[in-house]
Amino acid sequence: MASTTTGLPPTPASPPQTSRAPRRSRKGTPYPGWFYLPAAVVYLSIFIVPTIVSFYFSLTRWNFSSSEFIGLENFFQFFREPALVKGFTNTIIYAVVTSGLKVVLGMGLGVLLASQITGRAYLRSVVFFPVLVSTVGVGITFTALMNPSRGLINQVLELVGIAGPGWLTDPQLALLSVALVDVWKGVGLATVIYIAGIVSIPPEYTEAAAVDGASPWQQFRSITLPLSWPATSTVVTLSLIGGLRSFDLIWAMTRGGPGFTSDVIASVIYKQYQAGFYGLSTAGNVLLFIVVTAIVIPLTRWLAKKEVAM
Amino acid sequence: MHSSRKRKTTTAVAALVALPLSLSACSAGSLGSSDGDAEGTTINFLVDPADSSVKPAQAMADAFHAANPDITVELETRPAGTEGDNLIKTRLSTGSMADIFSYNSGSLFQQIDPAKNLVPLTSESFAGDVSDAFKPNVSVGDELYGVPIGTAFGGGVVYNKDVYAELGLSVPTTWDEFIANSQKIKDSGDGVAPVVQTYGETWTSQLFVLGDFHNVAAAEPSFADDYTANKAKYATDPAAIKGFEHLQQVHDLGLTNSDFASATLADGLRMVADGTGAQYPMLSAVAAGGLETAAGGDTDNVGFFALPGDDAATNGLTAWYPNGAYIPTSTTGAELEAAKKFAAFIASPEGCEAQTSASPPTGPYLVTGCELPSDVTALTQDVNAYFEDDKQSPALEFLSAVKGPSLEQITVQVGSGISTAAEGAALYDQDVEKQAQQLGLEGW
Repeated sequence: MASTTTGLPPTPASPPQTSRAPRRSRKGTPYPGWFYLPAAVVYLSIFIVPTIVSFYFSLTRWNFSSSEFIGLENFFQFFREPALVKGFTNTIIYAVVTSGLKVVLGMGLGVLLASQITGRAYLRSVVFFPVLVSTVGVGITFTALMNPSRGLINQVLELVGIAGPGWLTDPQLALLSVALVDVWKGVGLATVIYIAGIVSIPPEYTEAAAVDGASPWQQFRSITLPLSWPATSTVVTLSLIGGLRSFDLIWAMTRGGPGFTSDVIASVIYKQYQAGFYGLSTAGNVLLFIVVTAIVIPLTRWLAKKEVAM
Repeated sequence: MHSSRKRKTTTAVAALVALPLSLSACSAGSLGSSDGDAEGTTINFLVDPADSSVKPAQAMADAFHAANPDITVELETRPAGTEGDNLIKTRLSTGSMADIFSYNSGSLFQQIDPAKNLVPLTSESFAGDVSDAFKPNVSVGDELYGVPIGTAFGGGVVYNKDVYAELGLSVPTTWDEFIANSQKIKDSGDGVAPVVQTYGETWTSQLFVLGDFHNVAAAEPSFADDYTANKAKYATDPAAIKGFEHLQQVHDLGLTNSDFASATLADGLRMVADGTGAQYPMLSAVAAGGLETAAGGDTDNVGFFALPGDDAATNGLTAWYPNGAYIPTSTTGAELEAAKKFAAFIASPEGCEAQTSASPPTGPYLVTGCELPSDVTALTQDVNAYFEDDKQSPALEFLSAVKGPSLEQITVQVGSGISTAAEGAALYDQDVEKQAQQLGLEGW
């Protein structure tokens, strides 16, 4: 049928029908190889070439118009950068805190919102809503809310007699405050992943367990928790990568301050760009690439292995 | 992880692509404007894009055209910041610069190779009208290359005169007096913050260091040269480290406002204007610009004094000078004559008046015969007095190209008690090293 009609009502005067029969496919695909060319050109010129070029420029002192080859000097310089050590520890703290909280809260909310509660659909969208808001918008809003004297948070705390801290101005707290906002914004995505994971667990297990007299806690501990492992590994990977390369929220809220106390690798790199040290910041990006790869590849391998073992 | 990498490289590529675009866009504009007026001469005048530069420049161009109907001055704007620096250098080196252009004086001026790229104005009649204080900032050797455009300003302390009058305080000429005044304000028990700091906008934290340079230069006249040559350091120089020490002392003595960590520039100006804060280290031009709004129109109770140092005898103001207007060597013939005429107009009382008509001056014009209008704010009058008494000297950035990009974070750390003055100064010396290397300075 499909080979004999062209989609038009068959009319007596349609001789091209026979000439359409020979198809152009030679090696099983109807498309010639050069159809890949546009995509290849775009990918090559926008992703591959810049990546290779950036490896070169990380070895130079570069001001856009001229560059001077200085070997590994940029990398040494970057490791001498006092803010960098702080930035590294902060990045790790930030990534671990945010992904840890997203797992715990995301799973809790996931269990809650996968169960039969009233207003479930509404609550699901409420939890997911922050994910849709612009990160910079969230950052600016929370900066206002967290203002030590005029912010809503501390004014509310004052009503109940608590003197609120300087959320973003106390060097001890600034990074954690930003991390909390990151969790608020990102937990919706983790929840959705968990809901999907929990819903896909066959109900027979829970029914059988219930018949055998397992308490809700035992059901969660022995069925939901292990069987939602794929969801956990996805959430951990995503939020850890997100945490390691986090920049926008931190920049919108503290710009790495006060001083350098909430600087992360990405904000240190950005500041080098801003100051016009293009070679140095490119070296920083190469380092960030290596660090993220070094952490994430073994982690995903390990998580995947664990998943298979299940 | 791939996406992060890709996004960053794409940004770099986007920047690379955008740069030539902006360059070509501007040169296309200058070509387009040359066919404006068939009769007489048309010169184009390149200024930076800030409102505060464009308005006075346009006013001057109009007034000049009114006085010289056969010459038309057309305004062209350029990007600000580093991008603007690159554009100026590129257009100068390719001979495609506007007929006359405005650019920073001081160390940035030195970086555009004036002897090669600019027309010397030393022998022009108007050269004598340029203030002697300004001349070194637009000169190489004995040759003068520019005329001042805009007004000068100072880095010092904006203070509330009513608070001073109530407690019977007088303007301090030494640092010890400043601290004594501040203590008295604190002890008065009115809840007035003796020293206002506003780290909600980090750049404002640099004033104690940058505004102290007059005192550094007074104690060690060769500091700027040694500093540029990598021979003097903030951490080890007894005069230079004082700025950091003052910042720490103000914090340690608890003299700052309680919300110093989150307050903004507007908060700071409002505090000084309404008397909840007594003294606020700030750039006078920035303060003058924001005070009108902060004070609700009444600015008579706000004055200004220079950051005091150890020695009352050398008390004076750390000064920031206006941009210069320069003529590139690519301007020739009738355009050159017209451009020189326009430069003469800029360096004349008529030029100053035209600028005043566009926006009220926030400091002195550095041109002989230019008087400030009598209705300028008390703050501007106080600033002007330092220039009239010649108790001023240039800020470090006019003498040396070396300035680290992280100073504002470092001064926030010192001013918030996160690190000590000595640590801050040492950190800044490291910061500066990168800048010097990037500029390819000798000795680094």
